[in-house]
Amino acid sequence: MNRLQVDLPGLSMKNPIMPASGCFGFGQEYAEFYDLNKLGAIAIKAATFEPRFGNPTPRVAETASGMLNAIGLQNPGVDQIVAEKLPWLEQYDVPILANIAGSAMEDYVETVKKISEAPNVNALELNISCPNVKEGGIAFGTKPELAAELTKRVKEASELPLYVKLSPNTADIVGIAKAVEEAGADGLSMINTLLGMRIDRKTGQPVLANGAGGLSGPAVKPVAIRMIYEVSQAVSIPIIGMGGIQSAEDVVEFFMAGASAVAVGTANFIDPFVCPSIIEDLPGVLDELKVDTISDLIGRSWK
Amino acid sequence: MIKAAVRVTGQQEIAKDIFELRLRGEVVREMTVPGQFVHLLARGGFDTLLRRPISIADVDLENRELTMIYRVEGNGTRNLSEKQAGDVIDLLGPLGNGFPVDRPRNGQTVLLVGGGIGVPPLYYLSKRLAAKGVKVKHVLGFSSEAEVFYEKEFLALGETHVTTVDGSYGQKGFVTDAINKHQIDFDILKACGPTPMLRALEQQHPHEEAYFSLEQRMGCAVGACLACVVHVQGDETGAEYRKVCKDGPVFPIGEVVL
Repeated sequence: MNRLQVDLPGLSMKNPIMPASGCFGFGQEYAEFYDLNKLGAIAIKAATFEPRFGNPTPRVAETASGMLNAIGLQNPGVDQIVAEKLPWLEQYDVPILANIAGSAMEDYVETVKKISEAPNVNALELNISCPNVKEGGIAFGTKPELAAELTKRVKEASELPLYVKLSPNTADIVGIAKAVEEAGADGLSMINTLLGMRIDRKTGQPVLANGAGGLSGPAVKPVAIRMIYEVSQAVSIPIIGMGGIQSAEDVVEFFMAGASAVAVGTANFIDPFVCPSIIEDLPGVLDELKVDTISDLIGRSWK
Repeated sequence: MIKAAVRVTGQQEIAKDIFELRLRGEVVREMTVPGQFVHLLARGGFDTLLRRPISIADVDLENRELTMIYRVEGNGTRNLSEKQAGDVIDLLGPLGNGFPVDRPRNGQTVLLVGGGIGVPPLYYLSKRLAAKGVKVKHVLGFSSEAEVFYEKEFLALGETHVTTVDGSYGQKGFVTDAINKHQIDFDILKACGPTPMLRALEQQHPHEEAYFSLEQRMGCAVGACLACVVHVQGDETGAEYRKVCKDGPVFPIGEVVL
């Protein structure tokens, strides 16, 4: 019996740990540090229909126990991802969660059609919550009817299981979650970054060239935990939890809040080995809690 | 690329807000290419999360000792400046692509131009070039006398000119003014410093063989997060890019948009 095994739609994971989209590129950089086969899954960087350079620099700024980023969905476009990035990942026996972004519904649908043709994509993650693109993006993540409509259109365009990545920058996260579940989502990812800003005292201007950016890191963890706690009780589809995870103990908290798997983002930048370290530490933490399998912990805080 | 614990062997303030930090560890054996950098975890309080990318100023391979020179700018570098002999620091590196040391042939002259905190990596480079029998010349630019460092060390390796923006030490003005005034001739130009300085050098010497080391805010420093990208010269689509951390920080003249 594998104590760390979790099974989510499209994602049969030997452990519940995946690097979060946007924090791991397409895997090549971290493959220089460790064998990617150790991971439960890999969430690849967001694909858009056309190549995108993203925002001007500076694109990152440190904050207390966190960081702001405004990369702006830089990626080589879905064609190159399907032609070059995904084939490179075929050498690994790890499920791939392909993150999709766009600014109009048609962009999402066309990108989803193309990426679904890749033989090693196991599930889709719909990015309706990127705070760093000017048009579209986050609008889909803050209006339940728009989020539901987009979910429906994407489900019609692909047979792959669909996870909708939710934004915390909304008044009613439960409402959005229920709307996308009803529209056919197979799972949820949450949370994306929180909108924030830092000002440079010398210049009097925002540090990021984009002005605002998305806050991530341990600073956002309590927000993620609270939202997963609320949403997991209101929906019956599984949640991939994320937001400031740095340790096996953090993973346990996310499971207890209601997550069925987790993604690790910012912590990769501080310790490139953080994902395999967490995977190694998890059995010991389960022993301390006297539980057999990690899935026994899902939703323990409210069950 | 290695993640390792290194031990502080000494630290001192060598100019205003400029610190020289010496670190020892087995990982130093890997640091054979001038112009590379290390990514340090220098936490001191709850408010610093990320690593700090810092250039390598000198390497003593035999004693496995690395020297870094950095300026205290914010909380992270302030934490670093409080480290004392015996303290342990988590280091990731060496990272990036440095200056090509095999380029200059014996008898050629290399002009090394540094601006402010861009000066340190040129010291290791100059030492390596001088040891190969390459003639080295230096132009070092600082904002004022209080920030000048390592003049004596560079002088020991070759002709050295110091400029300050306010004229409080050396020649008043920018590094490009000193190159013009002294009509310094060279075969290859290697520079590190703020982007406006590199841009001025590129405009003044567009046809020379030159290599520029760029400064940029970084996140992961291993090529994954795309925080430190620059545009590519001549790219009409605007979508092509180079990562300063992974493809650089040293680029040949004309490759990236400064």
